[in-house]
Amino acid sequence: MSSIAKPSVRHPSARKNAIGLTKADYEGAMSTLCAGCGHDSVTASLIQAFWELDLPPHKAAKMSGIGCSSKTTAYFMRQSHGFNSVHGRMPSVTTGANAANRDLTYIGISGDGDSLNIGLGQMVHAIRRNVNMLYVIENNGVYGLTKGQFSATADVGSKSKRGEVHEQAPIDPVLLALTLGATFVARSFSGDKAQLVPILKAGLAHRGFALIDVISPCVSFNDHEGSTKSYAYVRGHGVETVATDFVPLRRSITVPAQHDEVTVVQMHDGHRVRLHATAPGYDPADREAAYGYVRSCIGREELATGLLFVDAAGRDMHDLNRTVPSPLAQLPFSSLCPGSAALDAMMARYR
Amino acid sequence: MSGVNDFAFKMATVNGTGSASANSLLMQAIFRMGVPVTGKNIFPSNIQGLPTWYEIRVSDDGYTARPGAIDLIVALNPTTYAQDFASVRPGGCVLYDSSWPLDPKAQRADVTFLGVPLGDLCRDAFTGDRDRTLLRNVAYAGALTALLQIDRAVIEQTLTEKYGRKKSLLEANRRAIQLGYDYAQAHFDCPLPFHCAPRDRTREFVLMDGNTACALGALYAGATVGAWYPITPSTSLMESFKALCQEHRVDRKTGLNKYCILQAEDELSAAGMVLGAGWMGARSFTCTSGPGLSLMQEFLGLAYYTELPGVFFNVQRAGPATGMPTRTQQADLFSMAYASHGDTKHIMLFPADPAECFALTVAAFDATERFQTPVFLVADLDIGMNDWMIPRLQWDDRYAPDRGKVLDAAALDQVQKFFRYVDTDGDGIAARTLPGVDGKGAYFTRGSGHDRFGAYTEDGAAYQDVVDRIRRKFETAARALPAPAYHRQDGADIGIVLVGSPAAAVREAVDRLREQGSIADVMRIRAFPFAPEVTDFLGRYQTVFVVEQNRDAQLRALLAIETGTPRDHMVSVLDYAGQPLTAGALVSAMTTHLQGVAR
Ligand SMILES: Cc1ncc(C[n+]2csc(CCOP(=O)(O)OP(=O)(O)O)c2C)c(N)n1
Ligand code: SF4
Ligand SMILES: [Mg+2]
Repeated sequence: MSSIAKPSVRHPSARKNAIGLTKADYEGAMSTLCAGCGHDSVTASLIQAFWELDLPPHKAAKMSGIGCSSKTTAYFMRQSHGFNSVHGRMPSVTTGANAANRDLTYIGISGDGDSLNIGLGQMVHAIRRNVNMLYVIENNGVYGLTKGQFSATADVGSKSKRGEVHEQAPIDPVLLALTLGATFVARSFSGDKAQLVPILKAGLAHRGFALIDVISPCVSFNDHEGSTKSYAYVRGHGVETVATDFVPLRRSITVPAQHDEVTVVQMHDGHRVRLHATAPGYDPADREAAYGYVRSCIGREELATGLLFVDAAGRDMHDLNRTVPSPLAQLPFSSLCPGSAALDAMMARYR
Repeated sequence: MSGVNDFAFKMATVNGTGSASANSLLMQAIFRMGVPVTGKNIFPSNIQGLPTWYEIRVSDDGYTARPGAIDLIVALNPTTYAQDFASVRPGGCVLYDSSWPLDPKAQRADVTFLGVPLGDLCRDAFTGDRDRTLLRNVAYAGALTALLQIDRAVIEQTLTEKYGRKKSLLEANRRAIQLGYDYAQAHFDCPLPFHCAPRDRTREFVLMDGNTACALGALYAGATVGAWYPITPSTSLMESFKALCQEHRVDRKTGLNKYCILQAEDELSAAGMVLGAGWMGARSFTCTSGPGLSLMQEFLGLAYYTELPGVFFNVQRAGPATGMPTRTQQADLFSMAYASHGDTKHIMLFPADPAECFALTVAAFDATERFQTPVFLVADLDIGMNDWMIPRLQWDDRYAPDRGKVLDAAALDQVQKFFRYVDTDGDGIAARTLPGVDGKGAYFTRGSGHDRFGAYTEDGAAYQDVVDRIRRKFETAARALPAPAYHRQDGADIGIVLVGSPAAAVREAVDRLREQGSIADVMRIRAFPFAPEVTDFLGRYQTVFVVEQNRDAQLRALLAIETGTPRDHMVSVLDYAGQPLTAGALVSAMTTHLQGVAR
């Protein structure tokens, strides 16, 4: 992954968050992606979300696979450890890391090819395990880094830059995650920071696997007329289904008056997420309905966006494995090794 | 062979019929009589209905290799009668179920046929097909108790321990033993000329398979994350680890686990999980066999280049492809030594028996963290799944894990700026940091080209600087890993080299060669990359045999590549049919070569 060290310019008057960090403190190396690449906008939203959340950078781990999208972990939070693994296999590395240290915040960034082609199996199983992580797919319908081949999210009828029409059925990560029992499923657009930032924050606060499919146009290979992942297409076809409002823990919370269109979700860590259904009658706690709604939008060539489904009561991988609350990697050796007397006693079994 | 405490017998049965517990009862009883004993299970890759064999060797001399000749066979599987009868040495015995007539043409004149109506006895004594089938096995154990003079008090004691609480099962087993015993006493000259006599040679020993010993090693080394995908013959390693953790790693107060076992969706994922956990500072491992090893290749290369720890147990089976999953081989040496694309190399440790599985597993966890690179603990089906007689395992409570160069917050405070891949003391090992400790230690782990500072690079010199340091790291490792084990004799002019489980057969072969006047030294290599003394040994003898269980002489090739010793200076002794080696096969191969040279 290429990166250029970015001079950190700090304006003395730059606003600080609750842990005394400016937004610049959440930046990373200079991006080497194409100018206008959707992925860079996602990076900007990530920085905004982490800063607003007062996330201590060294308590986060940035995980990715391979692709233009997977490079973006280098472009934010330089004070976090990052792991740029192999193509399509970030979920397993994150699963192992999380198993060893449950105290960190895991931020996984992937691409549509990385997650839904080569890495489909790993993503699916990470969802099933409900690994506690934010999982962002920067979805552009192509393999950007290998110069524009169709990926598994390319829609039927979408045109490649060379004019080739795609004919294979796509995999929709949102529908897939809903059928797999994912506990947090959202879709957004790289160009809609106002929508994306609260969703990212909600995803980070969620305990369990938080999938966010972010349509993120590839200006070099998939932003032309006839593409269904271009800026123009998404602007014309995106419909905000659920508007998300992230209510931070430390501010006083005014619960809005109950009426049909607002759902308040209490996150595990005390944060709250307020969801306003802009589609009439939409209930983000109803998996079946969410699935049906997203499908019906696809039928109308619309893209349902927002935090589409959330179940804050799901049990994550550590709950399912009944692991101790302290990180396994930090348990003292003396509490792990049964010692010589126990071994002597065990030997009787093998006689 | 053939005498008191010096013989071998074999049970030929159908798998899934419950013979395993009768066989282990026999083996355990002989062991408890103080007599050295070994068992080899030769089983099909199938759950029920195919032929299976169990060989038990009794040896006062303590030889543990697979026996060369069978003195007695218990033939209970008519579909394999022909080959089973043929497998007995002249003058030996066949014990068969005489409830059904035996074709006289199938019989051999030079062996004694002992008919015991096991089926009839059990039909009359027990009810229900299942019980009758299961207890038929116990009845043959009873007959052998008489024929081989196995201590009945020991059998009784063993049964009581096993079925103590289940009174009716205990009674049925006792009765079946008695049926077989009484029949044999009444109809045959008991005991046979070869039989057991009590000794006191097993007091300090246990019977254990290597997978269990590896699991114990992982438990004692403090491993907390195990990721795997089941595959024969490595499956029981993680299953043992799980059972041990349930016993020793559950917090008493809360009932919560101080371990996490992840059954992955495949071996790619298992490898990724191991590395993720290792990156976080946990001791992590996976266990696999051939096909799984193939799937792990890309991650192994990533771990090599990004310098991450993780222990990879490879319990080898016969390849290629699915191959023979229930047969043993040492044919993965190439695919481990240089696993993955690009210039790579991986540490391998080679235990020769379950005792060493335990010790070298602990060494593997130390080595992987010290050298920040994957370590293979290389076993095979013979070590992993068969019960071996080994000295009681012991643990030194002074042991402290070697976590390698890891900078904690205090250490980071002392450095101006942290750079991931800088070697400050010349051993080729750069200090690492763990996520979550301090922002100052943050770095980007990347499989793409990087320089010594951890930054992305496509600059040739900066790239080479890092890979050359990694090469130096492996030179350090070669000197620090477990040294070869030697068996030296005065006047030796033959050298024998091997890794792993063939050690048992080699030990016996060397004694036999000596009786023939050929004197050999043995070097059993325990680690790759090879220690410098390996090269010295190869150069010291006129004849050097390299004994290994694969077709392509992979160990010899590695020796040639890594030590520069001419390949043709080393004579390959190969056995790759999938069974544990016998001393006889080795002696005859070596003798043939030596005679050829003399002529
Ligand atoms: C095993 C393997 N096969 C192929 C590649 C080549 N490759 C690198 S990135 C990529 C596709 C990336 O597509 P996507 O995940 O959608 O990311 P994007 O570049 O579009 O953001 C491919 C095929 C690789 N790195 N590894
Ligand atoms: S090729 Fe496409 S995805 Fe890659 S950086 Fe350029 S615009 Fe972004
Ligand atoms: Mg893409």
